[in-house]
Amino acid sequence: MNRLAPIGAAARPATMRSTPGKAEAGATPAGLVLDGVEIRLEGRSLLALDRTVLPGETLTVMGPSGSGKSTLFAFLAGFLDPAFTARGRVLLDGRDLTGLSPQARRVGLMFQDALLFPHMSVGGNLLFAVPGRVKGRKLRHAAVEAMLSDVGLDGFFARDPATLSGGQAARVALARTLIAEPRALLLDEPFSPLDQALRAATRDLVFDRIEARNIPAILVTHDPADAKAARGAIVEIGGAQAELQATPAAAAAGSRAAR
Amino acid sequence: MVRFRSVAMAVMSCLALAGAGRPAEAAGSAGAAAQGWDAVLAEARGETVYFDAWGGSQNINDYIAWVGSEVSDRFDITLKHVKLDDTASAVATVLAEKAAGKGENGSIDLIWINGENFASMQENGLLAEGFATALPNWRYVDTRNPTVTVDFTLPTRGQESPWGGAKLVFFSDTARSGPVDAMPKNADELLAWAKAHPGRFSYPAPPDFIGSSFLKQVLIEKVADPAVLQRPVDDANFAAVTQPLWDWLDAIRPVLWRSGRDHPQNYPAMKQLLADGELDIIFAFNPAEASSAIAAGELPDTVRSFTFPGGTLGNTHFVAIPYNSSAKAAAQVVADFLISPEAQLRKEDPRYWGDPTVLAMDRLPPADRDAFAEIDRGVATLPPSKLGPVLAEPHPSWMTRIEEEWKRRYGG
Amino acid sequence: MTKAFNWLVPALLALPVAIGLVGVVLPAFGYLPALGGAEFSLDAFRRLLAMPGLSTSVFLSLAGGLVTTAISTLGVALFLAAFHGTAAERFARRALAPLLAVPHAAAAFGLAFLIAPSGMLARLVAAPLGIARPPDLLIVGDPLGLAMMAGLIAKEMPFLLLVAFAALPQADPVRRMRLAASLGYGRMAAFLLTVWPGVYRQIRLPVLAVAAYASGVVDVALILGPSLPAPLAVRIVGWMNDADLSLRFVASAGALLQLGVTAAVLLAFVLGERLAGALRRRQTVTGNRMPRDGCARLFAMLPVGLAAGAVFLGLVALALWSFAGFWGFPDLLPRQLGLATWMRSLPAAAGPLATTFVVAIVSAGAALLLVVWLLESRRKAVRATVGRPARLPPAVAGLVYLPLIVPQIAFLFGLQVAIISLGLTPSLLLLSAVHLVFVAPYVALALADPWFALDPRYEQIAASLGHGTAATLVRVRLPILTRAVLTALAIGFATSVGQYLPTLLIGAGRLPTITTEAVALAAGGNRRVIGAYALLQTLLPLLAFTLSGGLPRLLSGGRAGMKRP
Repeated sequence: MNRLAPIGAAARPATMRSTPGKAEAGATPAGLVLDGVEIRLEGRSLLALDRTVLPGETLTVMGPSGSGKSTLFAFLAGFLDPAFTARGRVLLDGRDLTGLSPQARRVGLMFQDALLFPHMSVGGNLLFAVPGRVKGRKLRHAAVEAMLSDVGLDGFFARDPATLSGGQAARVALARTLIAEPRALLLDEPFSPLDQALRAATRDLVFDRIEARNIPAILVTHDPADAKAARGAIVEIGGAQAELQATPAAAAAGSRAAR
Repeated sequence: MVRFRSVAMAVMSCLALAGAGRPAEAAGSAGAAAQGWDAVLAEARGETVYFDAWGGSQNINDYIAWVGSEVSDRFDITLKHVKLDDTASAVATVLAEKAAGKGENGSIDLIWINGENFASMQENGLLAEGFATALPNWRYVDTRNPTVTVDFTLPTRGQESPWGGAKLVFFSDTARSGPVDAMPKNADELLAWAKAHPGRFSYPAPPDFIGSSFLKQVLIEKVADPAVLQRPVDDANFAAVTQPLWDWLDAIRPVLWRSGRDHPQNYPAMKQLLADGELDIIFAFNPAEASSAIAAGELPDTVRSFTFPGGTLGNTHFVAIPYNSSAKAAAQVVADFLISPEAQLRKEDPRYWGDPTVLAMDRLPPADRDAFAEIDRGVATLPPSKLGPVLAEPHPSWMTRIEEEWKRRYGG
Repeated sequence: MTKAFNWLVPALLALPVAIGLVGVVLPAFGYLPALGGAEFSLDAFRRLLAMPGLSTSVFLSLAGGLVTTAISTLGVALFLAAFHGTAAERFARRALAPLLAVPHAAAAFGLAFLIAPSGMLARLVAAPLGIARPPDLLIVGDPLGLAMMAGLIAKEMPFLLLVAFAALPQADPVRRMRLAASLGYGRMAAFLLTVWPGVYRQIRLPVLAVAAYASGVVDVALILGPSLPAPLAVRIVGWMNDADLSLRFVASAGALLQLGVTAAVLLAFVLGERLAGALRRRQTVTGNRMPRDGCARLFAMLPVGLAAGAVFLGLVALALWSFAGFWGFPDLLPRQLGLATWMRSLPAAAGPLATTFVVAIVSAGAALLLVVWLLESRRKAVRATVGRPARLPPAVAGLVYLPLIVPQIAFLFGLQVAIISLGLTPSLLLLSAVHLVFVAPYVALALADPWFALDPRYEQIAASLGHGTAATLVRVRLPILTRAVLTALAIGFATSVGQYLPTLLIGAGRLPTITTEAVALAAGGNRRVIGAYALLQTLLPLLAFTLSGGLPRLLSGGRAGMKRP
């Protein structure tokens, strides 16, 4: 039973392709489990979601701006504004993330902008992300070089991030996220600033790596092509294509808002 | 001359009434004092003296620095010069400490002071008990000079120790204004001169020390009976006594620099205006001031001094110890060093400062006396013999009232 | 805990002001036992009102505050309108540091050397014409206080220009001006109607701080202002320092009056803002596009150009004097040049320079820590999402910026008494703590906007990579904000260097700084010494501003993304 109900959403039949199945009680399935998640603001329900994303799979959440995508993203990453209240649990490979600090979640983030730290070189950005258990300067540098090579950026270690093209910056951002060995990925429209050709290439690179690493990912976007490339389930929220049954409260709120 | 003598008599009578016989006392107990002094010296060792003194002159600052190195070598005293832009702020500090109930360990140990500031501190109980006449070097002090023990008509009661003399003298640039012989010889001539040279004379606005002193000079010259000024001001006669002063000031105002709409801030400002050729006649309390200014490149070397043959205002400046000083012994040792022949000799030398001594030449050992005679006072300094008679300071209450009245008339 | 701390820092900064005000209110109403004032009365106010020329003094303070602020703000607006995005603006950015570094008193002396009847400008005219005497004109110290206002404007305009430069990017000038230009508006009209309102909203607090400062200024007013009567603040200092200690009561009453005058200036300025806003809206409605504004642009250069020129040329004149022997009117250059002044000044200035440096570093550093803590806890409390930057809540901001708005003269004496009562003796630490009260608001002013404006996603990424709060602050936020942090430090440093009254009163004269020494020596009126000390006073802040401009490039290894965040 998968439910995602943004504010203003009308009750609609399910149209999405997805891997159904809520985690069965007692089992601790691999992947990312959103267990009865509901986010409320000032007593009103913004969205509700109940779903499992299996390792190697990408769940795409679509919707226009203001539909609550960013709020869901912040909730999963651990940055939810205290003004919101959230219910339900988020399990990652059996660990309950809900009470954990962002640092302890091991959830990698990629945003619309590459957000490379401008005061570090490309290599410095990656070194910053190498897990602490990789000790020794040599080993850490080797890990960075290997990761740069993996995303096709051999020899970029000493480069100033400000001199990179958009595609290169996006790849460095991916490399930085992956080198930290996250157990899940959250992608917030990471391809939207790129032009068509670059976008396709970068998309493929990202989803290949997700599959290769066999980790669950959630992609937030408003571009159907992104969703298609993600090759996974799609949840649409907000606007005319809002899907799934709204909770009664949300439906009521929505009808009020519609007047 | 007659006027001067009557003023001096008045001062002497005040002295006799209020207090003295003190020099004799001090001399009589010299032996006991010497013993006591050793104890003072012992107590002073290792103490730090914070000396609050006007810091506007590099010459004086350097001189105080020299005193600091001497008392450090000789008495193991650390002297710290706290440079003030206005002595009254030191009075204010002691007051603030008294307001806060800080009866000991005050932040000031020695203040360079005289006149109104002294009167104010004495009246408010901000000074340590009398110490000056018990200082070993007191024996050299020219106690026949009434201003050494009577500060602006107030008996010092030994609560301040003399440091230097002051006498009102005038300067002009002979290259611009001609020889000093042709310069005014009293207040009336000065008024006439100013009318003939509009915009070339001014005085600092009271309550500046020099500005107020100039008003007193005019008042003493113009008042019918100067003896009345030695007594505290009296509401009944204030208007009548000071009327000649206001008449004189009203008369000169239109021909003052900037037509009297602005006044120089203080003596140094007047000095700069003389250098710039804006003022032709300025005045100071230190006869050697012009010579040191020439040496420092602040005034052209054509500046010369003159004074009023009928007498000009003179006084003495002192050092005093606040009641809550934490280093009273060391402060006394410093005060004593300041009136040693050696320190006074250096101070009178215009190369260092040029401030007149408070010591009596005939009380000094012959070698010191010769050294004083040999000082090169510089071309622009009048020798002591040509400084003219000293007019005594009026009671400080006059100054307060005159400053208020001046502000009421010209300050708005 | 954090919430308590949110209030602790601002309370800490505002407490000295409150204590100082109490210490002024009591004597103003007759209570000061040390001077025999044991009963409450209105005598002090009666004596204050009877002071000759009081209304003129009050008028001068009011006018000084309003005119200075209005012209400074207007000058900045016109300059940016005419030159935003041009080479002139880039030049101004670069020239700003030295302008900011010159302390108020030094700039005032410099200006006096320029415009006095015996000054450089008069000499330029007199020398060729063979005029041997300066004209007897009341230029410096004029009764209307014009010279004083000019001196203040020359110093305040660069400060406002600095804060305006910092605020500009948030007002999105490029796109707004392109849009307005495409609608046919001339450059200046486009800027003033579309960009300036956004800039002004951000720099409003500094503008009000300038108004408060100018209405209660002492040093500049002493040097350039009228004396018969002087502006209110100068007279209060005179009463405070008078040998007649009963004037203390009058001074305290005067301090309260000064508080009222400053409040009136602020109120009047806020009304003026409304008026200007209404005028701008009316202008917008007319649709007048003023497409040809070449002439106006030249005119717009005047205020900033004159101010900068006056400070620079004044500095040159000061420098010349410090090397001069006798230098009479109307000589354009001294007859002899020499090192005598410097040889005497430098040894004496070494100690005070060291004190100045230590106190400035300690107070600016402590202020930075406190402000960072304050801003961070605020930012944590309201997790800013992109596009909705956090701000200090008005109550907190009011407390933090209180020392900028309340004139120093109104509370420092009371603070001095309180500190002595606590048995605290002057020390470098105590002096730094008192400086902190004045330094922290400026540091907060400089840092708050960039701090809140930084994209929060940088730290979210760092956190998702497993880095803790402290590591994220030290390794991500602070390095990215290097330029803003160093600028804030430099401003704090310069603020501390320039403190005169607090240093004198709280240091009890035992901790001379280069500024107290400069003012004490200025009393001697020797232009050579004044020149040398003014340059020495300028030296430390100039160093700080130069480093804050140059260090980020060094630290970031020349990364392009760090040049202008």
